[in-house]
Amino acid sequence: MATISTSFPRRTMDEHQIARRRRRILTTAAVTLFCLIILSGYLVPVFYGLISSLKTKDQASDANAPIMPMKEITFTYEGEAYPLYEVPLESGTKQLALVKKGRASSKFVDPQNVEAGLIDWQGNWRSLPAVREVSPAWENYPEAFNKIDFPRLLMNTLVYGLVTMFGTVSASAMVAYGFARYRFRFKNILFIVLLGTIILPPQVTLVPTYAFFISIGWGGTWAPMIVPQFFSNAYNVFLLRQYFLTIPREMEEAAMIDGAGPIKTFLRVILPQAVPALTAVALFHFFFAWNDYFGPLIYLSGRRELQPITVGLASFNGLYSAEPQLIMAAAVISTILPLTIFFIAQRVFMQGIVITGVDK
Amino acid sequence: MSVVTESTSQVIAARGHNRRVLTNRQREERWGFFFISPWLIGFALFTLFPMIASLIFTTYDFTLSVPDEAKFIGLDNWRRMLFEDETVWRSLWITIRYAFLSLPIGMIVAFLLAVLLNSKHLMGKAVFRTLFYAPTMIPGIASILIFVQVFNPYTGWVNRIIEVFGIKAMGVTGLRWFDDPNLIYLAFVFIGLYGIGNTIVINLAGLQGVPTELYEAATIDGASWFTSLYRITLPMVSPVIFYNLVLGTIGSLQYFTVPFVINGGSGYPDGTTEFFMIHFFKQTFRFSNMGYGATLAWLIFVIALVATLALFGTSRRWVYYAGESNR
Repeated sequence: MATISTSFPRRTMDEHQIARRRRRILTTAAVTLFCLIILSGYLVPVFYGLISSLKTKDQASDANAPIMPMKEITFTYEGEAYPLYEVPLESGTKQLALVKKGRASSKFVDPQNVEAGLIDWQGNWRSLPAVREVSPAWENYPEAFNKIDFPRLLMNTLVYGLVTMFGTVSASAMVAYGFARYRFRFKNILFIVLLGTIILPPQVTLVPTYAFFISIGWGGTWAPMIVPQFFSNAYNVFLLRQYFLTIPREMEEAAMIDGAGPIKTFLRVILPQAVPALTAVALFHFFFAWNDYFGPLIYLSGRRELQPITVGLASFNGLYSAEPQLIMAAAVISTILPLTIFFIAQRVFMQGIVITGVDK
Repeated sequence: MSVVTESTSQVIAARGHNRRVLTNRQREERWGFFFISPWLIGFALFTLFPMIASLIFTTYDFTLSVPDEAKFIGLDNWRRMLFEDETVWRSLWITIRYAFLSLPIGMIVAFLLAVLLNSKHLMGKAVFRTLFYAPTMIPGIASILIFVQVFNPYTGWVNRIIEVFGIKAMGVTGLRWFDDPNLIYLAFVFIGLYGIGNTIVINLAGLQGVPTELYEAATIDGASWFTSLYRITLPMVSPVIFYNLVLGTIGSLQYFTVPFVINGGSGYPDGTTEFFMIHFFKQTFRFSNMGYGATLAWLIFVIALVATLALFGTSRRWVYYAGESNR
């Protein structure tokens, strides 16, 4: 570029730069706008869910209802509430309350000027647009919250999620440390087997495992979903091992020389340095537990009091299919916690996805 | 997959005597097995042993409600599955056909979104990335319930939006997404698009790993945006695409939750939603037929294995690994 600038007079160069900058701004605006349009399309169901959850039952099931949760405005005249309509008059359109309906002509009253008495309007009142205002039905949320018995579902899911989170994170960290730092026979083969279990369809082990758990009386309890998590998980082991490999060895060696044993080194030196990776694994597991549907479905069938959010939501859908607004409110309620955690911890979470997806 | 070569105890041991090297080695090995013991035990208990048991189950007529009446029937379950149970092949065909529809769409959408989110012309990248990822955080069941209503023929927005373009979509004679055997898969694909956040993020990381010099060189050579995408981006991120393809294929074979939540496993409309996993679920857990269920599970395992091996077989031709020798 330097050679070009000397062969052009100074002013032309400036104009050149301005043109280039303008083009760049235009491209940026175009790309950003395009992305915004795609995003709005992508988020349509989210908007739909939010808006529908704020409608009344009638609005939610009426095909001709306005898109937003609207309510017709009424005006109280002589002790009775009358709906407001946009009425075209000679002096312009006015919002009038319909007092007496008639096929060819109707009687209205002007809320701003009640003393003027009834106004006679010629025409069919059905052709007039009603005056509406946005009025969200917030009461759907407490209603859905109580009907689905959210506190119980939340409690079940949280206990399950947190107990297994502790189990899988501690076990996976141990296993990952073993694979990252120690030399032992068959290590490479074992690690490949571990990775292989990621692509193993779970059904192939499911049937005997299920038969076994049922036969030892664990049917209808959380144990079949909790206990296996205490034996680590291949995804988490892989992610943590990748992270442990990046930790310099000097500190461990120093600890060893100071007389710390392997367990102490692992707990005091390695784990504190791996907090971001451990957080990522903990979050992955929490979201998995929050979403887990199949396990509770087969092991907890018929035990309503033990069910987690997923199963509760699915059966709520069956019970209240005539009240779509409550289903939407329940769906939104079930989303609040994971979404909040995600917004708070998204950086460490995204990095975790990258490690599992790209390093392999 | 680099493997650790040197370890602490060895370093310390190297300073000691020969005899101590040996004991340290052994000690290291013991500690190694100690640390991986949760996985070793778990693998034996919940993977290896059940797999063998599952194979044995396939030779039994075993109903869980009456375990004492289990009896050995040789290969009868296999014969029933392969030759007599028509639902097996129909549901398998449904599953595979749907995979061929949903997997490419999901992967292409995720890739293109990643390209868009990686564009140097995009303002507010971080915000866009978060918002495109956020729907993935909606619990699966919740997003299914939302989509069922978004696709509602009377009150849903999809039909409303289509009507804006002058096509009759609402009402009984309109587009009934979950009642029409042709439309239902399309609706399922849309539901699937709410779970592509991870694929987007992985693609994005792959795109960020492409050296920018390659694009600069291409621009100087006069390559268009599309040529750069096709000749540079795609080959450079092919390992990521391969990873998504393998996991996506195996996931597709296990497609279950969406049809199950929407139709309760009834196969409505017209049997089109009776995916293989639905058939497996009904046989195993509704009819408690452990022997036949295990046989079905083995079939899906064999198919997944063949598909994975086939994908790995083709990978040599199209997956580009920088520094091939390290892998």
